[in-house]
This record gives sequence, C-alpha cells and structure tokens, in this order.
Amino acid sequence: MSIDWTQFTPWTSLAGGAAIGAAVALLLLVNGRIAGISGIIGGLFALRRYDMGWRVAFLTGLAAAPLAWQLFSELPPVRIDGGYAVMAAAGLVVGLGTRYASGCTSGHGVCGLSRLSPRSIAATLVFMGTGFLTVYLVRHVLHGG
Amino acid sequence: MRGSFIAAGASGLVFGLGLILAGMADPGKVLAFLDLGGAWDPSLAWVMAGAIAVGSAAFAVARGRGRSWLGAEFDLPVSRAIDRRLVLGSLAFGVGWGMAGICPGPALVLVGSGSAKGLVFVAAMLAGMKLFQMLEGRRSSKGTIPGGNEG
Repeated sequence: MSIDWTQFTPWTSLAGGAAIGAAVALLLLVNGRIAGISGIIGGLFALRRYDMGWRVAFLTGLAAAPLAWQLFSELPPVRIDGGYAVMAAAGLVVGLGTRYASGCTSGHGVCGLSRLSPRSIAATLVFMGTGFLTVYLVRHVLHGG
Repeated sequence: MRGSFIAAGASGLVFGLGLILAGMADPGKVLAFLDLGGAWDPSLAWVMAGAIAVGSAAFAVARGRGRSWLGAEFDLPVSRAIDRRLVLGSLAFGVGWGMAGICPGPALVLVGSGSAKGLVFVAAMLAGMKLFQMLEGRRSSKGTIPGGNEG
C-alpha cells in the first residue's frame, strides 16, 4: 500500500464529515430519526401515508445539495469508472443488500458507530471488508493493474 | 408537522453539502479509499471521523432526553442480533459499493447533479429495494420489516 498524498484531502474531508454529523444531529434531535439513507428511501416502499412526508423532504434536500452548492461555487469533478451495466448491477446489489442489512454507510457507518451499536460495528466491518476486496479483485486481479 | 418537514429537508441538504465538501460525491475518490492495493487515498476515514465526532455528541444529547425538540419519540433501533440477514446484506452491499464506488447517499447527490450513470444506479437501487419489499414485506402482518431499522 502507498498513500496518494496528492489526492488526500484531510481537512475538507473532516469538515464535510462534521457537516454530515450536523445533519445527523438535526434529524435526530428535531425529528427523533436516524439519518440512514437506505432506510429513509426503503421506508417509502411501505407506503404508510403518515410516514412519507419527512422522508420525501429529507431526500429532496439531499438531491438538491448540488444545486445549492452551485449557487456559490463550481461542483468538484466526478469520476465514474464503470459503464451503465456496472451501474445497474451495482445499484441492484446495493439496494437489496442495504435493505437486508437494515442500513448502509450512513445508518450503520455513521449513526451506528456513533451509538457504538454492536450490529452496526459488525455491518460496517463486513461492508468495508467486501468493498476493499471487490476493488482489489476488479483493479488488480481482473484488470491485472 | 411542518417543522419536522423543514428540519428533515434541511438535514438532507446539509448532509448532501457535507458529502460534496468531503469529496464523497465523487465515486473515483471513494474507490481510491477502497483501493488498498493501489495509490491509497485515506480521505474517507477522515469523513467518518468528523461525522462520528459530531454524531456521537448528538446521540449523547438524545440519551439525556425523553423526546425530540418537536416532542417526537426517538425512533432508535432496538435489535441487537448480529444475524445472517445483517451479515449477508452487508456483504452484498460492500460488493456493490466496491463495483461502482457509490452508496445510497452519494447516489442521490449524483442524480441531483444530473449524472446519467447516477440515475441508472439509483433506478437499479430502487428496484433492489422494491424486490426486498416484495420478498420480505409480506412476512409481517403489519407490513413492517423484521429485523433492525438502523437506516
């Protein structure tokens, strides 16, 4: 392993993380809810009318973030390696997997670790592990790079 | 009721701005964190550190209160079981995350920034979640999903 110092952005990443934490705090302390994205989306499928509004409001705010950002600054570049078939396959697996796991990077990784939940610690170790392994296989075994 | 919508919308917006600032709306940067065998970019670990530092303070405040500021009960996960669903689900999620470098939050930010690939990812992700709902939603008479609700 070699650290890529040219790409490493410790301070903006720490600040961005703190903003994510602030968003978690807001939803928790005002609404009493966990800011877990897969759960907020997945809960829409239960079609409980009284439980839809805050989910839609949160997700609208999330998707509006790039528009709000562009009011003040240019969006940072986005690099997506995979093609459309990879996106479709990955999206399907992420949708199914996060619902079976009851959480993703936000629900388990941020909120769960903040609560020191044993379930979330286990989930985070597992998805980080298979994430590392998948990238290793794709980049260094399949593509031999 | 209205206050809760405003707070939820603001929370989503701040969450998304945080993802963009952190560099996590760029799948290339996420994959650079997951690529231990290449030129490793540890930034994502700092995102987690910042988020957990603020997040754990928020949960500490919540533990000291019976209800939220709007008087809602805290809807926190109660399940403690590390079961097969949790492990296999996380295992699959990690594979998808490693394939695309995209997880659910950044996926919606990508859609908001007009990314066609982001849109395909989100459409497939919604299909996966719908599939889960069809397979598991009817197991319970109340239509709720068994297991935890960490999000």
